[in-house]
Formats: sequence, C-alpha cells, structure tokens
Amino acid sequence: MTILIRGGEVLTPEGLQVLDVLVEGDRVARLGEDLHAPAADVVDATGCWVGPGFVDLHVHLREPGHEWKEDIASGTAAAAAGGFTLVVAMPNTDPPIDSGHLARFVTERARLVGHCEVRPAGCITLGRAGAYLAHLDELWDAGVRIFTDDGDGVADAGLLRHAMEYLAERGGVVAQHPEDPGLARDGHMHEGSVSARLGMAGLPALAEELMVARDLALVRETGTRYHVQHVSTRGTLRLIAEAKAEGLPVTAEVTPHHLTFDHSRVETMDPDYKMYPPLRTPEDVDALVAAVRDGTIDAVATDHAPHAAHEREVPFEEAPRGVIGLETAFAATLAAVGPDPQLLFERLSIAPARILGAERHGVPVQVGGPANLVVVDPTVVWTPTTFVSRAENSPWRGTELTGRPVATIHEGMLTHHDAVVGR
Amino acid sequence: MNNLLTTEDLSRETLDRLLDLSDEFVEVLDREIPKVPPLRGLTVATLFFEPSTRTRISFERAAKALSADVMSFSPGTSSLKKGESLKDTALTLRAMGADIMVVRHRAVGAPWRVAEWVDVPVVNGGDGAHQHPTQALLDALTIRRHFGKLDGLEIGIVGDIRHSRVARSDVYAFATLGAKVTLIAPRTLLPRDLEGWPCTSTGDLDEVLEQLDVVYLLRVQAERGGATAFPSWPEYVGRFGLSRERFARLGEGAVVMHPGPMNRGVEIAPEVADSDRALVLDQVRLGVAARMAVLFTLATGRGLTREVTA
Amino acid sequence: MRQVMDADDVQRAISRIAHEILERHHGADGVVLVGIHTRGVPLAKAIADAVERFEHVRIPVGELDIGLYRDDLRRRPTPALARTLIPVDLTEERVILVDDVLYTGRTVRAALDAVSDLGRPEAIELAVLVDRGHRQLPIRPDYVGKNLPTSTAERVTVRLPEVDGDCGVWIDHEEAP
Repeated sequence: MTILIRGGEVLTPEGLQVLDVLVEGDRVARLGEDLHAPAADVVDATGCWVGPGFVDLHVHLREPGHEWKEDIASGTAAAAAGGFTLVVAMPNTDPPIDSGHLARFVTERARLVGHCEVRPAGCITLGRAGAYLAHLDELWDAGVRIFTDDGDGVADAGLLRHAMEYLAERGGVVAQHPEDPGLARDGHMHEGSVSARLGMAGLPALAEELMVARDLALVRETGTRYHVQHVSTRGTLRLIAEAKAEGLPVTAEVTPHHLTFDHSRVETMDPDYKMYPPLRTPEDVDALVAAVRDGTIDAVATDHAPHAAHEREVPFEEAPRGVIGLETAFAATLAAVGPDPQLLFERLSIAPARILGAERHGVPVQVGGPANLVVVDPTVVWTPTTFVSRAENSPWRGTELTGRPVATIHEGMLTHHDAVVGR
Repeated sequence: MNNLLTTEDLSRETLDRLLDLSDEFVEVLDREIPKVPPLRGLTVATLFFEPSTRTRISFERAAKALSADVMSFSPGTSSLKKGESLKDTALTLRAMGADIMVVRHRAVGAPWRVAEWVDVPVVNGGDGAHQHPTQALLDALTIRRHFGKLDGLEIGIVGDIRHSRVARSDVYAFATLGAKVTLIAPRTLLPRDLEGWPCTSTGDLDEVLEQLDVVYLLRVQAERGGATAFPSWPEYVGRFGLSRERFARLGEGAVVMHPGPMNRGVEIAPEVADSDRALVLDQVRLGVAARMAVLFTLATGRGLTREVTA
Repeated sequence: MRQVMDADDVQRAISRIAHEILERHHGADGVVLVGIHTRGVPLAKAIADAVERFEHVRIPVGELDIGLYRDDLRRRPTPALARTLIPVDLTEERVILVDDVLYTGRTVRAALDAVSDLGRPEAIELAVLVDRGHRQLPIRPDYVGKNLPTSTAERVTVRLPEVDGDCGVWIDHEEAP
C-alpha cells in the first residue's frame, strides 16, 4: 500500500515543517515538497498536523468476558478513529489477564481483528484479588511489560513489594490505580462540597495520595519503574514532582476527562460523569493541565471504559464506573492544553511509547521511520453523537468539539480516513 | 410538566403557596367525607425501590383523598431482581397509565433519572441521603401551623446529619422560609463540607439547647454506617439524646419534632416522645395534606415552576 | 364598557332577593346562605344583612371554594384555593348557593358537588345577581337580581365594595379595543 499525505505540517526530528509524506509498506519512504505517487491513496493534510500515531497506555477493550460492552475489534476501531496506533489493554477482563495464555490471546486476537496494535497489561495479583502474585513469569514471557490491577489498587504493601522486587529485576513497569480501599469505601464521587450536598459517600483525594506516597517509598527501596495511572489530585502531582526531582523512575498519566470536568458535573446525576478516580475540584483540573504542560505528567491516557447503554440506565450510584474516551481524546486534550503540536504529540504519542519501550511508535516522522502515523485537523469543529466504539458513554456526547484525526496509518495501512474505518 | 425533586431551588413564593394549599387540604381532611375530586381519572404510581411503609401510605392516602387512583410498585413484587433496569421499570409503569410518579430509591438521584425518561411529573419520595422534599414541606407546615410562621425561629437539627435526606431537605426549606437553622451533631455525623449550606453547625447540644424554638431530632442511620461514627450508644445518647433533663431546659414555647421512626431511649427519651410538646403525630397527620398539595399542584395546570418564573 | 346596574340597583336587587327568600321559605328558619368564592361571599353576606334588617334574624352564611371541583383543572394554571368555611351542619338545612353571575352553569355544578360532600341538605337553591344566559348544563336560578341577555362575545363585570372597592355591573365586548 502506498499513501501520500499531502501538505501537512509534519512533526520531524528537526521540528515542524510543511512537507508531503510518502508511505510505502510499513516505512516512511520519502519526505519532501510536491511529491508525486500516481498509484497512492492520497490524504489531503492541508491545515493538518502529521505526526507519530497516538499511543494510549490505558484502555479497556473488555475482551474476553464483557463483549457486550466492547471487544477487541470494536475497541481498536474506536482507537484508530481517535488517531491511535497502539493501545494498552487493561487486564480487568473476565477472566483477568493474570497468566501467559490469556495475554497471548489478547495479542493474537488483536493481530487477527484489530485496527491497531494492542499490548496487554498483566495483573499484579492473581485474579486481581490482591492476595497472591499473578503469573508474572508467564506474562513476561508472553510479552507483557506493564503490570496493574487497574480498577483497584494493590492494597497489601507486602505483596506489592514482592511484585516490585520481581519486576525490578526484569525492568517491568508497575502501574498503580492508586486508591486506598478504606478511605474510598462506598464512595461514588469526589469527597467535597458537592458530595456533601448530594449526600453521596465521597472518595477523598487522600485515598489516592496516601497510596501513591506509600508506593513511592517502596519504589525508593526496590528501584522499580512505577507508573501512576489517571492522576486526579494536586497532592498526587506534588508527590510525583518530588519523586521525579529525587530521580526515582516514576511516570504518570492523566485522562482527558480529568483535564476537562470538575465534580460539579455530578449534580446532573448523569452516569457519564462517573469514573474512578472521580472528577475533582476546579483547582485540581487547573493543576493537572499545568502538569501536562510542565512534564510532571508524562502521558495523556484515556481510560476508555465502555459500558452498554442499559447498564447506565440506573441511578448514578449504581452505574458502572468509567467513560469512553478514544475518539474524543485529541479534541479534549487540545481544548485543555492549547494548540501546541509538539506538546500534544509528546503527551499522546512519544512519551507513552517511551514508557512502553514500543520502538515502532512515538517516532517523529523521518525517512525510513515506522509508518505509524496520524493526521489531525486542529480546527475542524464537530459534535460526537455516534461512536465507532460499541459504547456511547461519553461525557462529550452532544458537545461541540474542535479538532479530530483525519487519517490514521498503522504499519502502512490506512486504518482511519475521515469517518471510514478499515483495514 | 414539572417535578418536585429537591427543596434547594424552591423559592419562598413556591413554598408559601404549597403551604397555603396544604392548609386548605388540612380542612378537607377534617371533613366528614375527607375526599375531594380534582384528580379523578388520574393515576398516581408509587415506585418505592426502598421499603418505607409510612411514606408510601401517606402518599397513597393523599392521592386517594384527591380521588386519584393508585398503583404501587415495590421490589418485593417486581422483576428488579431479574435484572430489569430502572428505566425499563419506569417506562413500564408509565405505559400502564401512571400520570404522576413518586419515586423512592436508596441511590442518590434516582428520581432525576426517572424524570429524564418519563413525560409525567415525578415526585422525589426520598433518594439516598440526598433529598426528601415532601418531608421538608410537612415539617415546615407543622411548624408554621404551630408558630404561625418560620421567620425568625431558631431550629436545631440534631443527630445523623451526614446520612440524612431529611436534614438536607429541611435545611433549605426552613432557611428559605426565614428560620435560623443550626446543625447539631458529632463531627463524624456532620457532612464533611458545609460550603453553601444556609445554616451553622455545632458539636455541643447543651450550648444551644435553651435558645431553640424547635428541636428536630434525627435517627442514627446504622444501616448507612451512622453507628460506626461514635464509640458507643451510651456515649452518643449522653451527648446528643434529648433526655428528660435536657427537655426540661428547653425554652417555654419550644417544641420537639422527629421524622420517624423514633428510637426511644436513643435520640429521644420516651417521656419526651409522649409529651404534648412533641409534634411527631402532627407531622404524620399533616404529611398527608402536604403531599396532597404537591400532587394537586403537579397534576393541575402547568406545575410548580410556572409560577416561579411568572 | 356600558354600565347596566349601579350601586343602588345592586342594593335593590339584593333586597328583592332577600324578600323572595323570606316569602318562599315563610321566614328564615332552616335557611343557610353559602357564597361561592370570590364575589358570592359578600353577596351572601349582603343578603343576610337585608334579611336581618327586615326580620331581625340572622341567617348563617358560609363560604365555599369550588377550586377542587372544577372540571377544567388540568387545562388551567394551578388555582389558588380560598377558604371553605361552613358554620353549621348542612344536613336537613335548606341551602341557598349565592354567586354573582350565572353563565354556563359549570361553577354551580361544581358547587353542588362540593356541598354534597359537606352534608345532605334538604334542598339546594340558587341565587345570582346576574343571569346572562348561555347555559351548558340543566341548571336554573331560583332568585335572580337581573336577567341580562348577552352574546358570548360580551363580558359581564360585577364589582362589589368588599372585593373591588366600588359597586355595579358592566357589560362590554371582549374583542373591543
């Protein structure tokens, strides 16, 4: 397949330049002005940015076990529509990805039906039950490099230390959903003025910060690479900034929804604002945006969490957690941090690829480089009403957004072009 | 069509109007034939996902006194356990002809969700620890009929505020009607953040007891975790129970209220509960009239907010 | 707007109705006047005052709000309810409903229902200051201050001192500028 991307502003190792990009096979073949390739598919990138395809460290593809919500085919199609060429599938499926054969299933299934590359994250504890170590050896051998019990934090410090010691030897990443179970008990939203008025039990900021503080002490002892998932509070940002200054091998991600909305949204009682960690205060939102700019936060990750419509037709407190985010990630991040293509590609592609050690992703566009690319139009105005994802639980549904991927190229194949998804 | 979901946004005019209507319905209920025809042909559905016999009966009595028909729904007789969603349940009852829905649910916001899905008025019959607006109306009605007005009264709400939808509803209604409200509870039973609440709070009942015109007692909601908030029941009763001794220290005209069910010997001493200064049975009696006013207002004309904006 | 009765005309009509009531009932025993809110209430009191002047007895006067008995409740904004106050047990009494204008008859129909819920009178009669015709129900007045043939496009306005400050009856065209 030959693809000619014409007239875009291209992120190269030397910075942004207006160039044509010719893709042949799984490589970038040529860069230059007024390139011609008679047989090529042409992507008109006038007014667009062209850069490495986005990498999402945090998605829930729901397969195996919850295919009525999403599956690998539909979830990766949504990823391609959102400009992603690589996503990390969280292991809280049914069964949870705690053994080698389950990780291989996800990888192989994605090769068969996927619209982008999928790397499974593995569980830290067996069955995500927090009692025994998962089969970390099998998972490692199956190619898993990032480990998490996402959905829950690992509460048992002794067990987590074991996992960290084991993975430190190999260079794996421990990713934590930080949430102290005692402080978070029964909570459905941020603990603060809004939860007090609504009479809902709250998830205090401290539930997140306490576990991150504890984990950082363990990192200091074990030297393990540690990644904080979906940071939501100012206090966590302070802890991460201190740890980075100290030189600890710590990275962090934030979701587009935590960069956009605050806890007052819960007053609508709409489950599309229910997520863990919860939407925090406006001050937290501002601090998270600043942290994306200053590098305290390394990556923007969606925590794409699809649920079927009927599962959301219940009261807020009884609704399942999480919202989808792949297809709106670019627009939401753009709106939060501003039209800075270097910064956006860094947070949405380059940094997450670096955390994963994914060499064919997050590479600025260059001749001979991998053909994992995205073309984004930063000015197009659109309103998401339907989704490529099987689910529709998006807090942006029906909201006008600016900016969206025009085309996504995964290993030389056009996986998304305007609204068309294909392989 | 409009709904009654919360007391937070009710104006003084709306509250006064509902209380005036309630007074007329008190008169109706005192008649030999305590029944009037305005809701003839309408069906009021009570959707009580959380068991509550007294509130349900009060609503049903109110509906019947207005000549409405009543449909009852409760989980014991439902397909909820078979996995039916709240939306399907609401749409099913609407399809069967419900013209007004009264929704009680242990989850916060359930009546808001139902109101999104159905095209008929919805009354919040209590959602989690959030709101119970008809309780606030009947409480305000009880106080207004006793004192003539709420303006300038000092009302103390004592007990498990954190888990109480009654407190959250009463605070707004009482304050809007001109009362000065104080929340009295141990710190573990106060909401963690009172920003924006039209009231003050204290942890010392004895400090404020003598200046109160109304002592509004709440039950400790053990089922919502209230009982883990203090070391022992005697400790709680000693600090926050309205004992005979404390009752004797109340101001001359002061009255005692409780939304029921009462735990005698805990938040209220038995002698206090039975005294003629306890308005508990008045609250129950007037609750029917207050709910008649709500159902009548929602069923006729174009509902509550019309006159708010007018 | 054309005036069809002035204050003196109204007072004369009230006096005549009082006489007719006394004549038909051979006095005032067992008679209760029930005014329909809003202007039926002061009219009923005025009739009772007249009876008292003629016979030196006081007929009991009640007030009735028919808001809960209207047949058009769901088509109109929620009405404010006025007081319903009946000072005596109506059972076995002769009740005379009093209203200012008799038109379609629907208000009287509602009042009949309301009175029936309050007791079982021996008889119910109807006294009105103005009968303007156009009945939609089989209802007729027993005592009429003035028969006033109108078209449905016209509006009849009754003003009484207790409610409006001045007194009289006027007629005008609704579509008139």
